[in-house]
Amino acid sequence: MNWLEGYRSRELCEALTSEIRQLADQPLRFMEVCGGHTMAIRKFGIPSLLPESISLLSGPGCPVCVTGRVFIDQAIYLSGLEDTIVCTFGDLIRVQGTDASLEKARAEGKQIRIVFSSLDAVELAKRNPEKKIVFLGIGFETTAPGTAAAILRASREGLKNFSVLSAHKLMPPAMEGIISEGIPIDGYICPGHVSTITGTKMYTPIVEKFGIGCVISGFEPLDLLQSILMLTRQVVNRKPKVEIQYSRAVKPAGNPEAQKVMREVFEPADEWWRGLGILKNSGLKPKPEYGQFDTREVINLPDFREKEPRGCICGEILKGLKTPHQCKLFANTCTPANPVGACMVSSEGACQTWYTYEGKN
Amino acid sequence: MCLSIPAEVLAIQGDEAEVSVNGNRLKISLMVLKNVKPGDFVLIHSGFAIEIIDREEAEKTLEIVRLMKADKN
Repeated sequence: MNWLEGYRSRELCEALTSEIRQLADQPLRFMEVCGGHTMAIRKFGIPSLLPESISLLSGPGCPVCVTGRVFIDQAIYLSGLEDTIVCTFGDLIRVQGTDASLEKARAEGKQIRIVFSSLDAVELAKRNPEKKIVFLGIGFETTAPGTAAAILRASREGLKNFSVLSAHKLMPPAMEGIISEGIPIDGYICPGHVSTITGTKMYTPIVEKFGIGCVISGFEPLDLLQSILMLTRQVVNRKPKVEIQYSRAVKPAGNPEAQKVMREVFEPADEWWRGLGILKNSGLKPKPEYGQFDTREVINLPDFREKEPRGCICGEILKGLKTPHQCKLFANTCTPANPVGACMVSSEGACQTWYTYEGKN
Repeated sequence: MCLSIPAEVLAIQGDEAEVSVNGNRLKISLMVLKNVKPGDFVLIHSGFAIEIIDREEAEKTLEIVRLMKADKN
């Protein structure tokens, strides 16, 4: 089965852009809140296919970018404890903490392993009963079920040396946060794989409370253009609603099994977001009955303070208030090889995608 | 980070599946997805299958755009 045929068809994409051009007779600002979309939009040159009246803004949809430096500081601290091994996804390894990155700490001999799956960390715990294994739980609703599943497995196997340092975050509070800050947007291009897990229901309050349409989009050029057309139609017809464009991967009710696993293990917690501050119930932490798998419950962590690097405007970029080109550090002291802010570290960060696909100026 | 890639399910054993991603064979977990069968295409994310890809829906999405294009011509 060829997944790309059709979804990258020039003729079909042209049909969509011509329809968008006909309809978009007013300035429209749509925000994508998924790092994967940020990357796909720039990679495929989607803005160059759209009429000037449509602007696409990047939102807080890259988990690496919105996670605080304190989280990295905590992870590095843990990796320096004699009997502890920290396991992380590769995405986090180059992100700067206050003084160093996990990559640098690992080069200095700290115990840090990159894993493909949270279950690899559980395996490591089984094989090393004399060590404490800490898994860095990062990501949105797409990734959280996997972390929950790892905790369930560790619990079923009676492991006493596995825990999760959770920085898991939930999308809707940040989407509401953006609107509450008064950032003008006319529609949300909603995250595809987050919605695979959650379904459509969580976006209803955004439509009902703020009158802003939500279209769940796939990641191919045709997906993105069709989603932009659907949002444009909603604005023109003054009928904001939740729609699924990415119907091959998103069902209205989402993935019930993944939701069940998540609900079993996690409860909502207040979380700090770069650019948005602390948002109520925007994170996930293990429930008290799984407290023995919550790193913060089982290991004492020093009190680190959140401090933004000087001159870095990641926070404003993550809210769509500024573009990377407006940052003095961009392509200057902050580059993919030497990133200052997290938005330049992640291949899904607005700064790195601009650097890669839009050029330096 | 929510990157998920399509994979074809080759075999299932308990809550694990062997899948092929463009010919690369991987073991993934089925702990958060039910009713998967060999031959299904699933989306995988960080070692877990998170959804079965609906081929009919994939075709329907394209058909909507094809019809729109035909209408305009």
